[in-house]
Amino acid sequence: MNKLTVSLSPHVHSGDSVQKNMYGVCIALLPAMVCSLYFFGLGAAVVLLTSIASCVLFEWAITKYILGRDKVTIIDGSAILTGILLGFNLPSNLPIWIVIIGALVAIGVGKMTFGGLGQNPFNPALVGRVFLLISFPAQMTTWPVSGTVGYLDAETGATPLSLISSGQIDKLPDHIDLLLGGIGGSLGEVSALALLAGLAYMLWRKIITWHIPVSILGSVTIFTGILHLADHTQYVSPELQLLSGGLILGACYMATDYVTSPMTPKGQIIYGTAIGILTVIIRNWGSYPEGMSFAILIMNAFTPLINNYCKPKRFGEKPRKEAAK
Amino acid sequence: MKKLESTWYNMAIVLTLISVVAGAALAYVNDLTAGPIKAIQEKNEQNAIKAVLCSDDAVVVKTEEVDGCTVYITEQGAAVKTEDPANGSFGGGLTIMVGLDQDFHVLGYNVLQSNETPGLGAKASTWFQKGQKGDIIGKSAGPLAVTKDKGEIDAITASTITSRSFLRAVNHAAAAYSKAVGRKLDVNIDTQSGASPQQENKKHN
Amino acid sequence: MNNFKVILNGIIKENPTFVLLLGMCPTLGTTSSAINGMSMGLATMAVLIFSNLIISLIKNLIPDMVRIPSFIVVIASLVTILQMLIKAYAPDVDKSLGLFIPLIVVNCVILGRAEAFAAKNGPVSSVCDGIGMGLGFTLGLTLLGAVREILGTGCIFNFSVFPEQYGALVFVLAPGAFIALGYLIAIINKIKG
Repeated sequence: MNKLTVSLSPHVHSGDSVQKNMYGVCIALLPAMVCSLYFFGLGAAVVLLTSIASCVLFEWAITKYILGRDKVTIIDGSAILTGILLGFNLPSNLPIWIVIIGALVAIGVGKMTFGGLGQNPFNPALVGRVFLLISFPAQMTTWPVSGTVGYLDAETGATPLSLISSGQIDKLPDHIDLLLGGIGGSLGEVSALALLAGLAYMLWRKIITWHIPVSILGSVTIFTGILHLADHTQYVSPELQLLSGGLILGACYMATDYVTSPMTPKGQIIYGTAIGILTVIIRNWGSYPEGMSFAILIMNAFTPLINNYCKPKRFGEKPRKEAAK
Repeated sequence: MKKLESTWYNMAIVLTLISVVAGAALAYVNDLTAGPIKAIQEKNEQNAIKAVLCSDDAVVVKTEEVDGCTVYITEQGAAVKTEDPANGSFGGGLTIMVGLDQDFHVLGYNVLQSNETPGLGAKASTWFQKGQKGDIIGKSAGPLAVTKDKGEIDAITASTITSRSFLRAVNHAAAAYSKAVGRKLDVNIDTQSGASPQQENKKHN
Repeated sequence: MNNFKVILNGIIKENPTFVLLLGMCPTLGTTSSAINGMSMGLATMAVLIFSNLIISLIKNLIPDMVRIPSFIVVIASLVTILQMLIKAYAPDVDKSLGLFIPLIVVNCVILGRAEAFAAKNGPVSSVCDGIGMGLGFTLGLTLLGAVREILGTGCIFNFSVFPEQYGALVFVLAPGAFIALGYLIAIINKIKG
């Protein structure tokens, strides 16, 4: 019947499939998942499972009952991935009903409204997170202390970034804790090392290319480095900025989402650099302590524009000026 | 009637006519309403003075203008009409009336004018009242600050900027009152109320 | 077209908020609660009826090339008069609505209807168009305000439906206005088929 399927991006090459890549990212997130379960115990498990289950459920229900499509898209793994990433962006003591609202917004507003996977302009998990952050500021910024095991009765404390934001630089945890995970924060930001291990896996399996993570991390390092050198009493060192908050999580797993990031390497570097700079600006001068999610969403909006200006040149094509002669 | 042609002559005449008629109508209505509007504003001001001082028989002894504030001095203390000195509120233009007793404790307050986000910043008119989350009644004005700035007042949820602006205005009122009656406030006012938003931002980062 | 049809047209078929998408600034900006939306809608309706009436009466006096400035002078004067009258004789309304009234001047529903309807029709049907469009605008704003208020604070017309801490604050803020308006338009399009 319909041999030639004309569809929108992501276009699939070389035996890759949406499924394979989505589950690849899920595998890459496993070490970080284990870490968050280790550090936040029961709460992490409850939040993650709720988030994944409700994302999959909403995707199924919306495709079937609202869009009226027969094709079931939940097995392609993208809803599972959205669920994991959303869970990773939440504090482990968040009440279940907020997690479910987040999943509904992520899948319903962030993804299915635009027509499903491949047509969403913004990263669904981040849409969900930012919605929750603005809607429930109190619950979303009460972070459990690492090492607690309970769920709703977990002990709470400040995150490294909120300490920076309120000027208590002397109370910051040391670098080893930041790297391994002895800090407060949302599920996925707890251990930088586990996230980097996942990044290495994704690069090895060629699930993503290096351009976006490297340009984000690089621009953040350079920008915060300049600020730190200019005035080290106000601006913390670049390595602290790199290891705290959702920077690595965002740079490796969320900014690199295929659908919402530019297609060419050149475009990806522009995109990544802009995310890095925006993040530092929001962290230092904005009213929120963390700016990663906002920066990624802002650049998601610019992705079509970047794609437009970074089109690869077709073979044999000459610059317009010469062609005019 | 046929429609008028778009000639220079016609256009000039018609525009002038319309403007004159509109101007005359506006002038007439303005004349008509100026009296009642002024009476209402004065009545509101009197009521506000009495309300923020929490006493019905407050009599204004002296009115003074200090640093852009109007200080209504009474026997019990003073009602001060003030704006945020740094004008850093979210919508701009937050005007409040603060009642202070003679030791600069806050007796009451009233938001006279605000362009804040409805539902958020606009909550300032209830948030800082007695028994509410950000209760400032009875606290001594001058060093008031939100918890984010290491103060002791809870900011309005998701409206830190408005809360800061509000507290700056309260502190500013206390400073103006102390100037008007020539009594010193215990704390250093300059660092609390005179800071511009830029300076403040630097402080927290 | 009979006058009843003109009114109905403004409310349903050419609803300014959901179909014509006119006057988006007050629609998004003032609908943080149902009562705010309704007040803005009613104030706009008052100005709309009078501006339609006056413009349909003087339409033949106005040369085509200067019609827009003439309309704007008429509308702005009406809004200013309305504001002064409200300030003087209804101070309570002024307290809750004061900020929104000057905004009516820039509401393109009014200029749009003056241009599209009042300048081509007689006074009676122009007034009917003003009533219909005004009611449609009021309905749209009230509906949007109610949705935002209930999702954002758990109240509707200040009656509590569920506890406030379960409300999603974003709906009271600007992003929530865009999200809610988008979904309302989608739902209405779906219902209309």
